[in-house]
Amino acid sequence: MNDLTPDREERSAGLKGLGCSRKRVEDARFTQGKGNYVDDVKLPGMLHGDFVRSPYAHARVVSVNKDAALALDGVVAVLTAEDLAPLNLHWMPTLAGDKQMVLADGKVLFQGQEVAFVVARDRYVAADAVELVEVEYEELPVITDPFESLKSDVVLREDLAGQTEGPHGPRKHHNHIFTWEQGDETATNQVLDGAEVVATESMYYHRTHPCPLETCGSVASMDKVNGKLTLWGTFQAPHVVRTVASLLSGIEEHNIRVISPDIGGGFGNKVGVYPGYVCSIVASIVTGQPVKWVEDRMENLMSTAFARDYWMTGKIAATKEGKITGLHCHVTADHGGFDACADPTKFPAGFMNICTGSYDIPVAYLGVDGVYTNKAPGGVSYRCSFRVTEAVYFIERMIEVLAIELNMDAAELRRINFIKKEQFPYQSALGWEYDSGDYHTAWDKALKTVDYEGLRKEQADRVEAFKRGETRKLMGVGLSFFTEIVGAGPVKNCDILGMGMFDSCEIRIHPTGSAVARLGTISQGQGHATTFAQILASEIGLSADSITIEEGDTDTAPYGLGTYGSRSTPVAGAAAAMAGRKIRAKAQMIAAYLLEVHDDDVEFDVDRFAVKGAPERFKTMKDIAYAAYNQAIPGLEPGLEAVSYYDPPNMTYPFGAYVCVMDIDVDTGVPEIRRFYALDDCGTRINPMIIEGQVHGGLTEALAVALGQEISYDKMGNVKTGTLMDFFLPTAWEVPNYETDYTVTPSPHHPIGAKGVGESPHVGGVPCFSNAVQDAFRAFGLRHTNMPHDHWRIWQTANDLGLHE
Amino acid sequence: MSDKMHIKLNVNGEDHEFLAEPRDLLIYALREKLNITGPHVGCDTSHCGACTVTVDGKSVKSCTMFVAQANGAEITTIEGIGQPDALHVLQESFREHHGLQCGFCTPGMITRATKLLEENANPTEEEVRFGMAGNICRCTGYQNIVKSILAVASELNSAKEAAQ
Amino acid sequence: MIPAAFDYYRPKDVEGVIALLQEHGDDARVMAGGHSLIPMMKLRMAEVPHLIDLQDIAALKGIAIDGDTITIGAMVTQHELINHDGLSAAAPILSEAALQIADPQVRYMGTVGGNIANGDPGNDMPGLMQCLDAQIELLGPEGTRKVAAREYYEAAYMTDREDDEVLISVRFAAPTGGYSYEKQKRKIGDYATAAAAVQITKAEGKVATASIAMTNLSDVPVWSEDAGDALVGTTCDTEAMKAAVAAMLGDIDPTEDNRGPVAFKRHVAGIILTRAITRAWDRA
Repeated sequence: MNDLTPDREERSAGLKGLGCSRKRVEDARFTQGKGNYVDDVKLPGMLHGDFVRSPYAHARVVSVNKDAALALDGVVAVLTAEDLAPLNLHWMPTLAGDKQMVLADGKVLFQGQEVAFVVARDRYVAADAVELVEVEYEELPVITDPFESLKSDVVLREDLAGQTEGPHGPRKHHNHIFTWEQGDETATNQVLDGAEVVATESMYYHRTHPCPLETCGSVASMDKVNGKLTLWGTFQAPHVVRTVASLLSGIEEHNIRVISPDIGGGFGNKVGVYPGYVCSIVASIVTGQPVKWVEDRMENLMSTAFARDYWMTGKIAATKEGKITGLHCHVTADHGGFDACADPTKFPAGFMNICTGSYDIPVAYLGVDGVYTNKAPGGVSYRCSFRVTEAVYFIERMIEVLAIELNMDAAELRRINFIKKEQFPYQSALGWEYDSGDYHTAWDKALKTVDYEGLRKEQADRVEAFKRGETRKLMGVGLSFFTEIVGAGPVKNCDILGMGMFDSCEIRIHPTGSAVARLGTISQGQGHATTFAQILASEIGLSADSITIEEGDTDTAPYGLGTYGSRSTPVAGAAAAMAGRKIRAKAQMIAAYLLEVHDDDVEFDVDRFAVKGAPERFKTMKDIAYAAYNQAIPGLEPGLEAVSYYDPPNMTYPFGAYVCVMDIDVDTGVPEIRRFYALDDCGTRINPMIIEGQVHGGLTEALAVALGQEISYDKMGNVKTGTLMDFFLPTAWEVPNYETDYTVTPSPHHPIGAKGVGESPHVGGVPCFSNAVQDAFRAFGLRHTNMPHDHWRIWQTANDLGLHE
Repeated sequence: MSDKMHIKLNVNGEDHEFLAEPRDLLIYALREKLNITGPHVGCDTSHCGACTVTVDGKSVKSCTMFVAQANGAEITTIEGIGQPDALHVLQESFREHHGLQCGFCTPGMITRATKLLEENANPTEEEVRFGMAGNICRCTGYQNIVKSILAVASELNSAKEAAQ
Repeated sequence: MIPAAFDYYRPKDVEGVIALLQEHGDDARVMAGGHSLIPMMKLRMAEVPHLIDLQDIAALKGIAIDGDTITIGAMVTQHELINHDGLSAAAPILSEAALQIADPQVRYMGTVGGNIANGDPGNDMPGLMQCLDAQIELLGPEGTRKVAAREYYEAAYMTDREDDEVLISVRFAAPTGGYSYEKQKRKIGDYATAAAAVQITKAEGKVATASIAMTNLSDVPVWSEDAGDALVGTTCDTEAMKAAVAAMLGDIDPTEDNRGPVAFKRHVAGIILTRAITRAWDRA
């Protein structure tokens, strides 16, 4: 056998399968400007839609006068709620069990809300017509604070007046949406009452926005001749959009084709269903012509789904030695005017109950109250699995605060509380079963690589130098250790609008030994066409270069729940592996027939089946593919195809250890990132190059959120951060180089052991950057200060600590 | 609506003539009148650079230029930088070093990078970061974009040295 | 974002511009690079029925260094400022400042005239021109007139320029001594949280002259004569710098915005000015 070994390695390398940094197949078209995004779709006779939006955050819509707009040459229609009502499309269901106005029905609840939809010959006429629609408003009191909202007499959602029961249980107040509780509050309070040490902290995780570079849009084309609707759009979940479109419009599902073409980044922004999508469909039905709607950046930031906006209060109990004994968390969640969170149905606060983090905490409680305010609706998972960024930020701040309370090193505090390797699968106090982990190994590797002790010494020296007046820069060492929960999810507890969160893969092997595979997910930059082919290459023994991956066309791809929450690899990737195994099982029978041996007497060997003990007798997968089509094989159907719908038995739990070293100019509030080290454990690594790219990108989005990116409102509910001047997206100039590293702890339940990685760096990065800022001031008595840590807020922290005196 | 103007543009070496309102933005004229859809609209306010094209030798954000202003100009877009059978080295380098993910910023990014290397054939990392600061990418964190551009500079310079 | 329709003009000479301005009055606006005006038009915050593009007017272009007098045409771009060897030698503060404006693409289009003319308090060139004591040359129906940059700005977007006048050029004596343009901003492409332009000359180890101007800390650029005076005759020691900062703080009037509250801006203004003075003095 030995003389065959190099041959096997060579054959294996030729497949470009699992573990190799295969160059991306997507890049040829993207680097040549030949991507096909929604705004690139151009159809004969296509009209353009544009919105009249409310300038007020809370107002009654007294009247809408369309006459002047309709009189403008080139204007085809102006739609209002009144026009949509007969079709019952003036409201639509949200993913969170609430409903949302498609067009203002009597009142508006946030600035930028859609009031009327103008349809015109081109985007120029549409924009002019928007200016000509006369809307009379009567201003109402504006509430932008959720705590004030829960005390206010002002009823924001008059449509829900008198409803004391919501989709997630009782409502305590007319502006209250739900209370969601996990864990054991009585037991947790008992632990807190009797604890040696309790650290308490309140923190606000500010409102922000995923802001992909491409905004949201759609093109609807209703073909009245054959009754078919085709809908192109920026959809992270095209199949679900088809189902929703069918339920809303009454068009049978087989007559709707939804296409997600290339998507210019999603990060959660493109999971929800927006009024623009619905209006483009209605407008196409009404006019009989294709209608395009693409929002501009300001509309994107002010009206499509925001992220975060969680007011969190924590209490953490511990022994004097630092062993954590209990955790209590309460969240007041600002959902804006409508509850349009994109979470699995049974999880109104997403997976916030992963907030015990990477620590062995015996008892815990989480309570979340959702509240309406006069802000944009949403609550999407911005580059994270549902509310996991909030959860990880919460626990990683609580750990820091506890370390301060205990006067202990925060790295050591983490170490003594980590769930131990031998405790996996680990049952958390808030209901999750963590699949696998080796936190201590990762943590030790990270601290050793950055010379943690050396950093702490340098920091202490810096503090002394600062006190002596020799420097005005402080040094922060930011730590975070995170556990993500991704890959939703088991159908038994995860669904979106009733659709179980499985995913799918269908493979067809062509006679000459190449293949096409279609999946229920949709890439938004993650490189699915590259990595899914790698999974299949290793499973079926054909080169990744011979496997085309297709996604996003509901007429061709099998039903799946889409791409968000890092679920593509854990769920669709698993489906791909399972479908590949079905192919292999049939191939084994074909090979045995061709080799004239029993099925059990052949074994798979990289790209072929060989007779056991006689490796020189083999049939390659190419031979087998050809045979599947060109000859009759007794007992077998012709062809070589398979489909798998994969319902994962559990979520996956990627984890990582991050360290950030930051210098902070106390006088200007300007932070400078000196070093960022990121160790990720995402289980089996499919394509290291792509993993690294995901980590760079996720960390940069984390940097943005931690250091300045926010959606903020004034008291009147005006959005103060509506353009990229004020909404912080860092450029190459503000971003450091990152050091990446890894350990590999495969998921025991995933067919190839992969866990997903796209969101980890964001989830772990935000607390790491924030902790670095806050750690810089620990020596001067800072306990906690809220993000975003932009220049003035950092300066304010220094000022409050008396460092400018 | 104002009267339409007779616009002449040379785009990627090809002459185009068409009628347009003066307010037609260059980006939409390229995308919708000439079907040159490589450059994209990302921010509308000249911050993101997804619409970057080269106009008479200048890197320009075409969302913030009226087609009337560009009348008579020579324009290069991503489509004119390389051809499928003869890619520009930057196009190859972005692929080689994973300098792109969703691809939406990429045409503007590469178009700007070609100009950057004309301005400064041997940039430092800092100069690349500063020179690319008019282009926002939401996916890559820039590290591999910078790497892609530096690799091309180094390749071009060693080729130049070898030739001398 | 789509602007309202307008009529477009591209005159070949300044006389043509004046004629259009006279004909259309308030309804006409001149445009240089357009990177301030076009976003405002796209947001429909500026209505311009008649848009006059200055790009074809040769007389507005060019940088002239004549002895110790520097004249910069209104249509000279930030990119040209940065890449003009003679100018970088004669008045290096210009390229130092221009490099801190916007980003490479915007600097290709953004012009000196556009930056100076409209009175946007966020722009960097107005404060710089005040620091350099530049003369702004305006052309109107009655011919040309000169206004000192230090007298030009009245309020945000309100200047001494009449509606039928065009900014032709700026002229100033080549600065001597040390210089510095310091700017704190949130990111590339942002306006200043605080910025300081400083020119200092030295004689016999002491400050002979000092000129200090601040940007985005009032509704107009602020040339602080008292701040400069506080340095003259000193060795730019800590006390002198404190006095200069105190004088400057008496002249600025920042307002709260997304960059931060007033107290922060005042503090940062002091820090930025101190750093600018320190660097200018080192270079003097």
